[in-house]
Amino acid sequence: MGDITDKLAAQAQQAFADKQPLRIVGGNSKFMLGRAVSGEPLELGQHTGIIDYQPTELVITARAGTPLAEIEATLAESGQMLAFEPPHLGASATLGGTIACGLSGPRRPFTGAARDFVLGVKMLNGRGELLQFGGQVMKNVAGYDVSRLQAGAQGTLGVLLEISLKVLPRPAAQCTLLAEMDAPTAIETMSHLSGTAMPLTAACHLSASAQQAGQLWLRLSGAEEAVAAANAAIQKAWPAFGWKEMKDDEPARGFWQDLRERRLPFFDGDDGVWCLSVPPATADFCGSNIDAPVNHPSFRRRPESSGSNALDSGPGLLHAGAGSKRRNDETGKLQVSAREVLLPGSCLLDWAGAQRWLNTTASADAVRAVAQQAGGHASLFTPVGVELAPLSPGLEKIHQRVKASFDPAGILNPGRLYEGL
Amino acid sequence: MTVALQAGELARALRACLPPESILFQEDERRPYECDGLSVYRQLPMLVVLPESIEQVQQVLRLCSEHQVPVVARGAGTGLSGGALPLADGVLLSLAKFNRILDIDPCNRTARVQPGVRNLAISEAVAEHGLYYAPDPSSQIACSIGGNVAENAGGVHCLKYGLTVHNILKLEIVTMSGERLTLGSDALDAPGFDLLALFTGSEGMLGVVVEVTVKLLPKPEAVQVLLAAFDDVEKAGDAVGRIIAAGIIPAGLEMMDNPAIRAAEAFARAGYPEDAAAILLCELDGVQQEVDSQVEQVQRLLQDCGATEVRVAGDAAEREKFWKGRKAAFPAVGRISPDYYCMDGTIPRHQLPKVLAGITALSEEYSLPVANVFHAGDGNLHPLILFDANRPGELQRTEEMGGRILDLCVALGGTITGEHGVGIEKINQMCHQFSTAELQQMHALKAAFDPEGLLNPGKAVPTLHRCAEFGAMHVHHGELPFPELERF
Repeated sequence: MGDITDKLAAQAQQAFADKQPLRIVGGNSKFMLGRAVSGEPLELGQHTGIIDYQPTELVITARAGTPLAEIEATLAESGQMLAFEPPHLGASATLGGTIACGLSGPRRPFTGAARDFVLGVKMLNGRGELLQFGGQVMKNVAGYDVSRLQAGAQGTLGVLLEISLKVLPRPAAQCTLLAEMDAPTAIETMSHLSGTAMPLTAACHLSASAQQAGQLWLRLSGAEEAVAAANAAIQKAWPAFGWKEMKDDEPARGFWQDLRERRLPFFDGDDGVWCLSVPPATADFCGSNIDAPVNHPSFRRRPESSGSNALDSGPGLLHAGAGSKRRNDETGKLQVSAREVLLPGSCLLDWAGAQRWLNTTASADAVRAVAQQAGGHASLFTPVGVELAPLSPGLEKIHQRVKASFDPAGILNPGRLYEGL
Repeated sequence: MTVALQAGELARALRACLPPESILFQEDERRPYECDGLSVYRQLPMLVVLPESIEQVQQVLRLCSEHQVPVVARGAGTGLSGGALPLADGVLLSLAKFNRILDIDPCNRTARVQPGVRNLAISEAVAEHGLYYAPDPSSQIACSIGGNVAENAGGVHCLKYGLTVHNILKLEIVTMSGERLTLGSDALDAPGFDLLALFTGSEGMLGVVVEVTVKLLPKPEAVQVLLAAFDDVEKAGDAVGRIIAAGIIPAGLEMMDNPAIRAAEAFARAGYPEDAAAILLCELDGVQQEVDSQVEQVQRLLQDCGATEVRVAGDAAEREKFWKGRKAAFPAVGRISPDYYCMDGTIPRHQLPKVLAGITALSEEYSLPVANVFHAGDGNLHPLILFDANRPGELQRTEEMGGRILDLCVALGGTITGEHGVGIEKINQMCHQFSTAELQQMHALKAAFDPEGLLNPGKAVPTLHRCAEFGAMHVHHGELPFPELERF
């Protein structure tokens, strides 16, 4: 356990005076999550230690270089966890890198993103000044929310030194349900379930391949009674899906772990994979001829939903076409039209449909256009870096000004997110 | 130029882009805008404008920029920190006409609304889909969603369901130069910096919200409320920790001390035990089976912690009744005292006994009674100081005492404001909570959005000179504050 704040501040102050770019490094497990940075390394790996953790306060405070695994192990001892289920992407993952990259795992749509759990930070700005924002309390609106702004900024607005996070109790019980279905049916099912009070904590669809049919994976977590009741309700509502129930051990646990760590076979390959962030009920836009028919028979047999979120009322029908909103027509029924295959390739749907990983031969422009039309955005992940969706001219200007307000000499991870930022 | 001349000139320019009834020039028309929910601070604005389209907001801000006239945006005016207090030489920009729900998307569980829409109206509009909007500040029947964004409003359910920042997806904003920007997206995140998080709770300093896309949640299947009485405040505080240690996150967890209980009971007849030193209200929600088992578990925990009485609401009507007293606590206190002053500090929960002891000592020192209402789950404390503004000097003493309560919260690892915002009210206390460099960083951030400092100037973040003049000269982070400044 070590506090090297003084050393880090001195190095940052010197770099500011010399206009020397700094490359901020923790465990170096996430170098591929941004653009390459050239600069003198600013090493956070030795700045470690849990500073404060009182389980009944639901808050942990630790130095940025603390291994993420250590944080999670400490929380687990008290029956708690980081509810955003951060991907580690390597054994050397640190808390600082995780928050700086704003990484969230399969639980994200149900319990929140990394930034949602940030309560406060101690940091260095680009002048090497030691600053503290937020705190260790759940509610704090004194001054601008600089702490949450740091999440996902990848060190371009500050060097994270200490982070306070809200933590949550681990669920008492967990179970996984698996069924074979195509992507449009999975989107409809996930959308319906997300609109109920079910204790859903992960929902993922793998598209069909030569080896297997498309699969929907659901995870339920919570009090034992709640998980059992939800499990029974889902199986009863859609018996035709032939749900396979899996206890909370291998292979279910391995599947969720591999999804969280982006280790499923889908992510293999050196060409890069697109990540589209879209509204979760966006119609399926990618496909191949292996996919099954659009409407699964089990949906047609059920009465239409009329606003109740009770499961046995059956799923409502989804809107059609990427990005188009579902609207009621004059009969009060929901309109639906055939799915369009806009992007060739295979797709992995996580976050109940809100995060779509895509292997495609389509052009970058085509992928970005589909994401944008749906109200979201697309980033290309390759083994060596990430290309984020471009910013509008207005936002780009604000980004530059915000960057300059923290880092006037442009020395903190320059160019990590975007060229010139 | 005098204010009157400037007002005339600006009003003439504004008439080119706004209908005449959208510009309020006469004193009696401007009078209703002189204060927000913190009515001890009043100031007539130079002009009031009520645009009804985003283009009009852009034009108003462009004109004010050109004329170098400061602007204060206002939603429903229910804020409790004077954040919407007008400026004598400024324009008060009311968003009251932006009162439409633009789109409800039940499949993606979102609603796109104009900023003047009332918080509760969103939940009412989406109820037919089995959905609701989670943040529920106590003013939810009146407060606007735009104001909620500006203040990052919370409510009694935020331990489990989060604050405004956790429940919105996208904002359309207009900057002081009249430029329209989109922060966030219809998806769960957006590329680049998390400007949506920065903007939420920025108290109208960075831009004007003209459209909000909120997340909606499915209504829980079951809800239950327990009421527990204690003969000792510390025991009640201990019970809160024990519930959370048991792995239960209640939807709401509220505490009231004896003066608050008595005031609320006299006003709302909620059936509270008036002799209790403290009561806890614990709301549990979720799947029916889960709620049933948690109710049993919490009941046992409360008894183990020495509760003198534990009641479980028998039906929806009794649940309402339990909550009625808590929700009426502020007006109830307003009835037993000519005036009251509501504080909003947040503390790490285990510091509760120390803070309450400190408040009791201050109450004796200033001879001003205090009633405490506490969002116990998340550590947000609302001491209500009872006073009479008609007695000479009593408001000043109340403000001084309030300031000392906030200092105490900061000293114990907390913050001066949990959900009401800094506004004009707590601006001096900001000098205690933040160092020179931290305040300078905030000013630089403000300048990134509003280089000329024309949006809501004088609020939220104090100038360094103001902190120097404030004079208490606290030692912060072991440094003497503002050594670089001259003293006046």
